[in-house]
Amino acid sequence: MSPEFIIASIVTIIGLTTPILLAGLGELVTEKSGVLNLGVEGMMLMGAICGFAATAFTFNPWLGVIGAAAGGALSSMLFAILVLQLNSNQVATGLALSIFGTGLSSLIGQSFTGRIVPQFGSIFPDVLAKDPIWKLLFGYSPLVYFALIMVPLTAWFLKSTRAGLILRAVGENDHSAHSIGYSVTGVRYAAIAFGGAMAGIGGAYFSMVITPMWAERMTAGRGWIALALVVFAGWRTGRLLAGAYFFGFLMWLELFAKANGFGNTMPFLQAIPSQFWAAMPYIMTVVALTLISSRGNVGASAPACLGKPFLPST
Amino acid sequence: MQTPPRLDLSGITKRFPGVLANDQVSFAVQPGEIHALLGENGAGKSTLVKMIYGIMQPDAGEIRWNGERITIQNPKAARKLGIGMVFQHFSLFEAMTVLENIALGMDANIPARDLEAKIVAVMQQYGLKLEPHRIVSTLSVGERQRIEIVRALLLKPNLLIMDEPTSVLTPQEVEQLFVVLRQLASEGCSILYISHKLHEIKALCHTATILRGGKLVDTCDPAVETSRSMAEKMIGGSLKDIQRGEGRALGTAKLTVQSLSVAKDGPFGIALKDIGFSVKAGEIFGIAGVAGNGQNALLLALSGETPSTSPEAIQIDGTSVAPLTAKQRRLAGMASVPEERNGHAAVPDFSLSDNAILTARDRMGMVSGGMVNAHSARTYAGEVIAAFSVKATGPAAMADSLSGGNLQKFIMGREIMQKPQVLVVSQPTWGVDAGAAAAIHQALVDLAATGSAIVVISQDLDELLSLCDTLAVINEGRLSKPMPVAGANIEEIGLLMGGVHGDPNAPTHISAEVAHAY
Repeated sequence: MSPEFIIASIVTIIGLTTPILLAGLGELVTEKSGVLNLGVEGMMLMGAICGFAATAFTFNPWLGVIGAAAGGALSSMLFAILVLQLNSNQVATGLALSIFGTGLSSLIGQSFTGRIVPQFGSIFPDVLAKDPIWKLLFGYSPLVYFALIMVPLTAWFLKSTRAGLILRAVGENDHSAHSIGYSVTGVRYAAIAFGGAMAGIGGAYFSMVITPMWAERMTAGRGWIALALVVFAGWRTGRLLAGAYFFGFLMWLELFAKANGFGNTMPFLQAIPSQFWAAMPYIMTVVALTLISSRGNVGASAPACLGKPFLPST
Repeated sequence: MQTPPRLDLSGITKRFPGVLANDQVSFAVQPGEIHALLGENGAGKSTLVKMIYGIMQPDAGEIRWNGERITIQNPKAARKLGIGMVFQHFSLFEAMTVLENIALGMDANIPARDLEAKIVAVMQQYGLKLEPHRIVSTLSVGERQRIEIVRALLLKPNLLIMDEPTSVLTPQEVEQLFVVLRQLASEGCSILYISHKLHEIKALCHTATILRGGKLVDTCDPAVETSRSMAEKMIGGSLKDIQRGEGRALGTAKLTVQSLSVAKDGPFGIALKDIGFSVKAGEIFGIAGVAGNGQNALLLALSGETPSTSPEAIQIDGTSVAPLTAKQRRLAGMASVPEERNGHAAVPDFSLSDNAILTARDRMGMVSGGMVNAHSARTYAGEVIAAFSVKATGPAAMADSLSGGNLQKFIMGREIMQKPQVLVVSQPTWGVDAGAAAAIHQALVDLAATGSAIVVISQDLDELLSLCDTLAVINEGRLSKPMPVAGANIEEIGLLMGGVHGDPNAPTHISAEVAHAY
C-alpha cells in the first residue's frame, strides 16, 4: 500500500466520520437530559436541505451552516413540543420525526435538484491545505474541525459546568431535579434543540461538503448509526469519538470494496460482494449493542430517566 | 417584648378537586423548638409542609415568618428565607457524587473546591461523616439522608422541615440523627418533624401538632401524652390491639428454605447468599432490614419469579417447590404479595375483578376449560372488598382509581382469602393508615391461626415486633440467625441491620432512651 493510498484513506475515513460524530454528539447531550430522540435521520435530512437552500440563496456556506443548524433545531422543536408538552411516546414520536423529516426534505428539495452551491474554501493557506502530506492535518472542511472541537467542548460542558451538571441531573432523576427547583422541561427543550442543531449540521456535511448537491435521502441511514453510536459509546464523549472512527472505518471498507480494492491486495476477500461491506456498519451496530447490553453496561451508564415522560406529581 | 414565633400559620386552607386537604390549620413554631407534625396518611401533613416550602400555595390563610406576613412563591424563595427541607423520598441522583448532589441543591454557583471546604466544615461542626467524592449509589440509606441534611445545613436554615426521616434508618442511625437535630435546635434552629412514630416524637420533640382529615385536632406536649393517647387522637377513635387466640401451638415446619443463593440481577442489585430458615405451621416469621439489602430478591426467589439454582432450596411440607414456576407454586399452596403495588402486585389499568383473576383463578375456580368465569371473579372481588372494607365503587373499579392504602388492602385480601398454606408478603402496610394496618395485621394473625406459615418482610421494625413470633435480619443478601421476638434485643437487631449497607460509622450502642422507646 502506497503512502498516497494511506493518506487518501485517512482523509476519506475522517470525512465519513464527521457527520455521525456531529449528530452523535448532539444526540448524546439530548439523551443525557433523559430524552430519547429517534428522529436523528429526519433532522439530518432537514439540516441537509436547509443548509443547501440557505447557501443557494446567500452564496455563503457559513450562512448555510447556520441555516442547517436552524433547520435541524426547528424540526427537533416539533418533536420537543409533542414529547414535552403533550407527553407523547418518545420512541413513536422520534420515528415519526424521522419519516416526516425525510418527506419534508424531499418536498423542499424538489426545486433544488440539479443545482450546485458554492463550497467552503480551505481555512488554512493552500501551502498546507493542498500539500500531499500536510493536507492530512490541514486539508479538511471547517466542519471537520468544528466537529473535533465540539468533542472536548461537550465533555467539558457536561463534566465541569453547572449547566452541564443540571442537564445530567435532569436525565438522572427528573422528579428530584424538579423538587429542587430546576425546570425539567426547559432543560430538555434546550437539550433537544442542541441535538437538532448538531444533527442538522451533520446532515449539511452531505449536501455542502461531500457533494455540493441535493439528493433525496442523501444521508443514507447515517442518523441511525449516530443513534447506535451513542449507546456504543456508553454515553461518554471520549468513547463516542473512538466509536465514530470505528464506524467511519467500516464505512470506508464499503467504498474500498466497491472500488475493487481487495482484488489487488487481498484476493481472498474478492469473493465477498460489496453489499456485505455496505451492511457492515449496521451489522456491527447490532453486534455492539448486543455485546454491551449482555454485559449489563448499558443499564449502568444510561441516564436513568432516558425515554420516560416527565409528569410532575404536583 | 416577646420574640414572635419563627413560623406562625393561621387559617391555612388548601382544596384539591374533591378533597379539602387542609382546613383552617393554625399553629406556631418557636425558635429552637422541635415541633412534631403528626397524622395518618392523607391527614394533610405533606400538603401543609409543601405550602411552607413553597411547592404549593395555600387557598386561604396566612403565613407569618418572624412576625412578618409573607407569601412563599417557590422552594427557592423558601430557601432564601432560611427554610430547609429533607424529603422522605430523597431527591438524590444515584449516578453522581456526593459533591455534585450537594452542588445541585445550592442556588448559588459555588466553585467545587470552595463547596467542598464548606461541606467539610459543616460535617465537622455536626459530627456528620461523608466522603464528598463517593458515588451516591454506593452509599447506605443513612448516608444518603446525611447528604440531604448537609445540603439543608449549608443554607444555615432557621427552620428545618424533616419529612418522615427515620422510616428507613436503623435504631443506631436514628440515635445519631437525634443528636444532630438536638444540637441544631440548641443553636436556635426550629425543626418541623413529620412522623407517625410516636415513641420517637416522645423522645425528641417539644411540641406535637396532630392533624386528622386535614383539620388540626390538637397541639399537645408529647412528654405528657402517652403514645396511645396520641395515636387515638391521630385516628380519631380507640386503637385496636392485635387479638391472638388462646394457647396457640405451632405445628411442624411448613416452609423450609435452605442454602438459597441467587445471583444479583443488575449493577445495583443484591445477591442472596446462602439463606436458610424454616417457618412452622401457625408461625409468623419476620424479616427485618434496611431497604435495599436483598428483600426484593428474596421475595422474588420465594414467589417463584426468579428461578432457583438448587432444586432443594425451597420446600413446602417437605416437598421441594424450588423447580416450580410462580403459577405452579401458587397451586402448591403458596401465595405472595410483592412490595410494589402498581404494576407488580396489581395491573393499574385492570378492574379489581380482573386483578383477582390474575392470582386467584386456579385456587378459587375462576377458569374452566380455558374460559374465564367472570361471574365468580366478580363475586370473589366483591367478597374481598367487603371483608377488608376496601373503599372502591365495586369489583369493576379500576385498580389505579383506588388510593394506595385501599389497593394494598385489596391485594392483601385477595391473597389471604385464598387461604394459602404459605404466604409471603413484603411491606404489608406500606403507606396504609393505622386503622387499615391494624386490620391487615389482624387478618395475618387470623390466617396464621388456621395453620398457615407466614413470612413478613418489612422495614418497619415496630410492625415486625408486634406481629411476628420469630425474627431474622437481612443484610447484604445474608440472613441472620432467627430469634424469638419475645426475647429480642433491639440493640442486637440494630447492629445486624447495620453491616455494610447500614452505616459503618454508627455507634455500637444506643441510648436507653431510644431502646426504651421501642
